[in-house]
Amino acid sequence: MTTQSETWPTTESARRPWVDELQQWLTTVDHKRIGILYVLFALIFLVVGGIEASLIRIQLIRANSDFLAPQTFNQLFTLHGTTMIFFVAMPLMFGFANYLVPLMIGARDMAFPRLNAFSLWLTVSGGFLLYYSLVGGYGLYGAGSAPDVGWFAYAPLTSKTFSPGHSTDYWTLSLLVSGFGSIATAINIITTVFSLRCPGMTLGRMPLFVWLALAMAILAILAIGPLTAAQAMLMIDRYLGGHFFDTQAGGSAVLWMHFFWVFGHPEVYVLVIPAFGFASEIIPVFSRKAIFGYPVMVAATLAIAFVSVSVWAHHMFTVGMTPAGNTFFVLSTMAIAVPTGIKIFNWLATMWGGRIEFRTPMLFCVAFLFQFLLAGLTGVMLAAAPFNWQLSGSYFVVAHFHYVIVGAILFCAFAAFYYWYPKVTGRMLSETLGKLHFWLFVLGFHLTFDTMHVPGLLGMPRRIYTYEGGRGWEGWNAVVTVGAVIQAVAIGIFVINLVRAALKGPKAGNDPWDAWTLEWSTTSPPPEYNFATLPVVRSRRPLWDQKHPEDPDWKYE
Amino acid sequence: MTHLAGTLEIEPTTLPSKGKVGMLTLIAAESAIFVIFVIAYLFYLGKSLSGPTTAILRPPIFFTICLLSSSFTIHLAVAALRRGRRTPFIGWWVLTFTLGALFLIGTGLEWKHLIGEGLTISANLFGTTYYSLVGLHALHVLVGLLLLGGVMVFALFRRVGQAEAEKVDVLSLYWHFVDAVWVVVFTVVYVVGR
Repeated sequence: MTTQSETWPTTESARRPWVDELQQWLTTVDHKRIGILYVLFALIFLVVGGIEASLIRIQLIRANSDFLAPQTFNQLFTLHGTTMIFFVAMPLMFGFANYLVPLMIGARDMAFPRLNAFSLWLTVSGGFLLYYSLVGGYGLYGAGSAPDVGWFAYAPLTSKTFSPGHSTDYWTLSLLVSGFGSIATAINIITTVFSLRCPGMTLGRMPLFVWLALAMAILAILAIGPLTAAQAMLMIDRYLGGHFFDTQAGGSAVLWMHFFWVFGHPEVYVLVIPAFGFASEIIPVFSRKAIFGYPVMVAATLAIAFVSVSVWAHHMFTVGMTPAGNTFFVLSTMAIAVPTGIKIFNWLATMWGGRIEFRTPMLFCVAFLFQFLLAGLTGVMLAAAPFNWQLSGSYFVVAHFHYVIVGAILFCAFAAFYYWYPKVTGRMLSETLGKLHFWLFVLGFHLTFDTMHVPGLLGMPRRIYTYEGGRGWEGWNAVVTVGAVIQAVAIGIFVINLVRAALKGPKAGNDPWDAWTLEWSTTSPPPEYNFATLPVVRSRRPLWDQKHPEDPDWKYE
Repeated sequence: MTHLAGTLEIEPTTLPSKGKVGMLTLIAAESAIFVIFVIAYLFYLGKSLSGPTTAILRPPIFFTICLLSSSFTIHLAVAALRRGRRTPFIGWWVLTFTLGALFLIGTGLEWKHLIGEGLTISANLFGTTYYSLVGLHALHVLVGLLLLGGVMVFALFRRVGQAEAEKVDVLSLYWHFVDAVWVVVFTVVYVVGR
């Protein structure tokens, strides 16, 4: 330990052998390094999942295409969905939470550093298991297989009869293993927030991102348990001859749907709540105003988390529930629009009258506001059961949830990259490349996902590997694919920007954005111990108090 | 870095112990898993198409008393350790372990009887849901016993003292949870479901 802290500052002059460096990274229990590893892991899988999406889009660019075999197409959308949710979005959010939560509350590390490392490697193993299905099992005989049951794997498609071989088992194991990792990370985040806050950092003074990471962790605790239980049941069915989802023996396929969506819907909020957290940190800094309605933002977040565990069956209107069941899930789903709307108004009110600086992080946040509003509106449309009966399982639904996941979550994640990259690496990302990335991505995003609603309204079902001409779908699908290409180019620029800045970006300094939360009070990158002296805070914006001793926040809070 | 609050004084705050928060959070996550298995059990009650029914179940009253009283003995063990009284601590701790082990033996005997009656996990829906739910709980008892056993070994070598009371208390939370889950499982399987 002592030798390490002595050698750190001199690493630039006398580099250690790369194997030592690698060993340091692989065995680290430091929350910052674990956070970075999570994010790198997510970026690699973002590229993998993106390639899968591109192949899907190439197949669908015209009618009667035979670019991909039907079986391959099924495998691709299963891998794409599973990868993007479990191995891109979740590790991305966990990575940022890992990196930022201890810094923001003035802590030395997470509550359980070794458990933290364990969670990371469980998640990595989960990703490995998912892709091992391509070469493992029957793949060893040259017959490569991959899960092809869709990301929600409805029964009885997952039974031995319909899914012979081991690809479904790899999918199950992959989610079980990474699920344990996610539960452990959630435990870590909750404990860190409750037990390791620095003096003066009351719950009411925590940065909003910390509040939202806490809400995300609580939801993950509630949501991932059911997924784990359902996967265990599926394993019992497939390996021990159980009958949970075996319709031949009286088992229920609908029960799987309930169990999956009890996980599946809160999962969306596990991903979007930290994205709200990014926006809640970035919008005030670039509007040069404190966040509007902090207590209301916290209350709205907790309300969203609370309501989101009682909306799952809106994924199942077409199954045929009772009128009472339909009514309940229509109303609970629509109710979620209320706290969400409150948050949008609060972000707008934060910007209102502010001195807005349109740097790259802010651009992504502004686009997020518009896109998230639209995604929410199609959400309210789909929440109405009769409308849902018409459009469930169509490309309209695909367009809706991609609007949330890309238009809201990924945009906020990009904003977070541009905002915190200087803190993590000590170097600034290029603003020019950032703006190019932003505008290209906005263009590509809207070409793809605005357009995608239309074939859905025209009746194009999701998950079909090809379609006949003359239904009016071809033109729309071609535009969707062109948009996907533009998005891929934009992400390429983003990756170039990340690499280029890491090598020769201008030095960032401690606080390049003139921000107000604790992470900007330490060096960039922060030392292993985070803070040389324990910070003491008296308001929600400790750095404002430090920079403006004549007019500190705590006088007003 | 200087004190960000300037020279103003901050009232000292005590934060909850991380062991306790962590364990309570783990218990919340585990509860979510158990809830799903309980729902599956209740949902499939009486839906088996063939094979044995719940009529063959015999409520394990004695072993239930064993497990529930172990919650009491572990509480006494922790209380003794807090006061630094090692010998009563070891006594109560070994008793807790024994009661937990007895319960697991009871589960084994019950399963032997049921398998003799033709109820296996693949026999019918009742078998699948029964062995999954009771087995999931038994797995938790087993994990608890391994942890209790670990502490017991250290305690017998006189390595557990007053300073460890906090950690041992965290472990006792898990054991109380395992007992509380049994109350639910017992009610669902042997009272409501029969």
